[in-house]
Amino acid sequence: MNALASAKDTEMVETTTSASPNRVIDIENLSLTFETNDGPVHALSDIDLKIEEGDFVSFIGPSGCGKTTLLRVIADLEKPTAGHISVNGVSPEEARLNRAYGYVFQAAALYPWRTIAKNVALPLEIMGLSAAEQRDRIARNMELVNLTGFEKKYPWQLSGGMQQRASIARALAVEPDLLLMDEPFGALDEIVRDHLNEQLLQLWAKTNKTVVFVTHSIPEAVFLSTKIVVLCPRPGRIYDVIESDLPRDRSLDIRETPEFLKIAHRVREGLKAGHSYED
Amino acid sequence: MTDVPLTQPRSTNPFSGLMSGTVGPVTVVVLAIIAIWYIAAVALNTPFQKDIYERAGQSDVAVSQMVTDTLFQERPVLPAPHQVIVEIWETTVEKKITSKRSLVYHTGITLSSTLMGFLIGTTLGILLAIGIVHSRVLDKSLMPWIISSQTIPILAIAPMIIVVLNAVGISGLLPKAMISTYLSFFPVTVGMVKGLRSPEVMHMDLMHTYSATRLQAFWKLRLPYAVPYLFTSMKIGMAASLVGAIVGELPTGAVAGLGARLLAGSYYGQTVQIWSALLMAAFLAGSLVALIGVLEKLTLKRMGMAQ
Amino acid sequence: MSTMTAPKRRLDMPALLAWFVVAMVVVGLFSPIFGPDYGIMDVPRLALCLVILAIAGVRYELGFMRNLVGDLILGLVTAIAAWLLIATVTNHAGEATLGFWALTAATWASAWLFVERLAVWKSASPTAQRIINLAIPAMFGITLLVLWQLIVTGAGVPKVLLPAPSEIWVRLTNSVPTLWADFQQTFLKAVLAGYIIGCGSAFIVAILVDRVPFLRRGLLPIGNLVSALPIIGVAPIMVMWFGFDWPSKAAVVIIMTFFPMLVNTVSGLAASDAMQRDLMRTYASNYWQTLLKLRLPMAMPFIFNALKINSTLALIGAIVAEFFGTPIVGMGFRISTEVGRMNVDMVWAEIAVAALAGSLFYGIVALLERAVTFWHPSVRGGRA
Repeated sequence: MNALASAKDTEMVETTTSASPNRVIDIENLSLTFETNDGPVHALSDIDLKIEEGDFVSFIGPSGCGKTTLLRVIADLEKPTAGHISVNGVSPEEARLNRAYGYVFQAAALYPWRTIAKNVALPLEIMGLSAAEQRDRIARNMELVNLTGFEKKYPWQLSGGMQQRASIARALAVEPDLLLMDEPFGALDEIVRDHLNEQLLQLWAKTNKTVVFVTHSIPEAVFLSTKIVVLCPRPGRIYDVIESDLPRDRSLDIRETPEFLKIAHRVREGLKAGHSYED
Repeated sequence: MTDVPLTQPRSTNPFSGLMSGTVGPVTVVVLAIIAIWYIAAVALNTPFQKDIYERAGQSDVAVSQMVTDTLFQERPVLPAPHQVIVEIWETTVEKKITSKRSLVYHTGITLSSTLMGFLIGTTLGILLAIGIVHSRVLDKSLMPWIISSQTIPILAIAPMIIVVLNAVGISGLLPKAMISTYLSFFPVTVGMVKGLRSPEVMHMDLMHTYSATRLQAFWKLRLPYAVPYLFTSMKIGMAASLVGAIVGELPTGAVAGLGARLLAGSYYGQTVQIWSALLMAAFLAGSLVALIGVLEKLTLKRMGMAQ
Repeated sequence: MSTMTAPKRRLDMPALLAWFVVAMVVVGLFSPIFGPDYGIMDVPRLALCLVILAIAGVRYELGFMRNLVGDLILGLVTAIAAWLLIATVTNHAGEATLGFWALTAATWASAWLFVERLAVWKSASPTAQRIINLAIPAMFGITLLVLWQLIVTGAGVPKVLLPAPSEIWVRLTNSVPTLWADFQQTFLKAVLAGYIIGCGSAFIVAILVDRVPFLRRGLLPIGNLVSALPIIGVAPIMVMWFGFDWPSKAAVVIIMTFFPMLVNTVSGLAASDAMQRDLMRTYASNYWQTLLKLRLPMAMPFIFNALKINSTLALIGAIVAEFFGTPIVGMGFRISTEVGRMNVDMVWAEIAVAALAGSLFYGIVALLERAVTFWHPSVRGGRA
């Protein structure tokens, strides 16, 4: 293990400005250690990762591998303890203050006292947009996730899948070029999940956003991604990065093709190898 | 492994550990309250002290002298904490317990009616809750009244109960205990009903698959589930019971008890006496509730329900 | 109403009650009704009462009309029987003997039977079901009042001990101006002023305390402790400081309502979960935006809990504080002086007003809660 390389650097997280113009995320030698009562926990160790504009990147790995933590570092919800990270060429904090990304959580986290439309409006109110602009964006993004007609409903009147779609609309309403999604469909049943995966791909094709997607499902990762990052635990690190050669325009049927299965096999091998490492 | 853990910068200040718990902050807040009390005592007692100086013809009293004097008046507007402590010391440790001027004697009177009322009230509350859980009619007819009766200022009846029962020759402990009973049985009933209904449907269904009788389901499932609720509501009931006992002592013509001390103090302007009775009542409430807390811990530990 | 189809005759509660009605009617038939020597035949109205109760009881036992119509007739019979008993006993106050008590018991059992029947009614329409659910406790309350009236009048309980509901009602309607003046003094001045200032200041302090974690950790345990203390004891001190008029009572109310509101608001502000706070952070939301859009709405169920508790505490505080000295008006003053003069009916009238005011106050706060926290699972009756 050579976290030492990063340890030699200053503890402060510096911003690299040398990133190429269409590089959205640039991570170098990044580490994050939590101090707990049982001693330090190396949540992330020596991460190097580049994500280009228009990529659909999945983080996959067993629980405790740091995939969610890595996403949270990108979103400035956690501070790394060493290394460099830049988002859109600036530090994650600046990117957050610029509202550069939309974040979708594991649960829909909609506010029960707001209607669906008002929930989508929440970030827009905080950004201080005009009422007309808010109306416009609500209508556009509700349509994008096929929720038109449910504006006046309250979250608890909708199914789980619809709630999660509303939360995606809420993230899209910020109109970011970058979408960060933390196991957004983890709590849904498989049929709904397949359906939402297909819709998400269509949305990605339509808007050409960069998506970073955390999952623990191999088929989901392979089906959605152009790039699959396999992480393994203790310490959390990248084990394998797989560039997918599947066509960008894909349907659920692709899951039965040999190409798909080949990639899925490589992901599974990576997960197995990473897992056996700890024993 | 040449891994050098990069720790997040942490304060090594020894106070940070103390201040991050609750003990430190609580101590600081308590000290702040005492400080504010002293300042308020000086501020509130100054006008009267100036009057005294004027009448005595003293015009140039040093500020330090005046501050000291305000903290040692005989009937201050706001007695200083040490005056109250001294009063409590004199009326508890230095007086015989049987003396009418002993605070221990008065506290004992209040305590006995509190406990008596609490015991009757809790028993009544538990029995009523068992009835309500098992009878649909009791549930539908009685429960709304029990809930809405909490919105009624029950304490307003206290003087009437005392006086009326006195008129028919019932006096002493029982009337006061009745008020305490009345106040403490509501929280216990409501809490117990909630507790006895708290087992999940799955657990009730399990009992059903064993074709357990209602009695078996009660002992093996409902009652254990209700115990934490019982203790929580007993704490509320105990506090209410003490309030009932104190208010019950007001209309008896200030004979005995902490409530009587409050009333007598307010008749004769004995502020130090009022405050010492008040602190004693607060101490009593705190210890009684803490006692139930200890019982709760022990019971839950024995039942394996403590975290 | 599936009892019609149930062929097996279990000795359940309704059956027992019906037997009890019949038994009491038999006792009433052969016992003297009023002293010195009134039998059932000497009081025609009670004879009628006895007959209809007997028919109702026997009818239920035989299983005729165990349906909606039968239940409604039972209710009607009970009401008529109760009215006949009340109307008769007024002329024979204090002379009731075994026969009268048997009829009273029979009426009571028949009322209970009616409520038992009412409790199994199921209606498809939610409004009808709600009416039934309101009717059951209402029936219970009315039964209690009728029994109170019958026992007090029948046994001739002295008025100083317990007046009959009818006497309290007469006193209430005759003393409206006095009661209104007391209500104004105690409720409209002391309670409302104290409640608004107490809850309002506690709310502001809670928001300040919430910004300083140190204060929050220090004040919360103390606030919890103070909530268990007999704060009402500060009443004599407040009367000494602020005089006899309503401001001293308002001061007691402020102190009593302050801590429940403080503790509840502070825990309510901490009620939002980590994911919701992260969400606001991804929007780069500032402190006030997070407070207004997330944490205050989240705290509303807690705040209303305190407001409901305080609505009761405020009234108790103001009334009890008046026991320590008032001008010659106020609900607490009236209660303590009228008790001294043994005018117990006036005390009860005052208590009725206090109960009504307390329930209305609580009801208004509860309605407001429903409107504000409509989204909360406990209000909409759904899953979280």
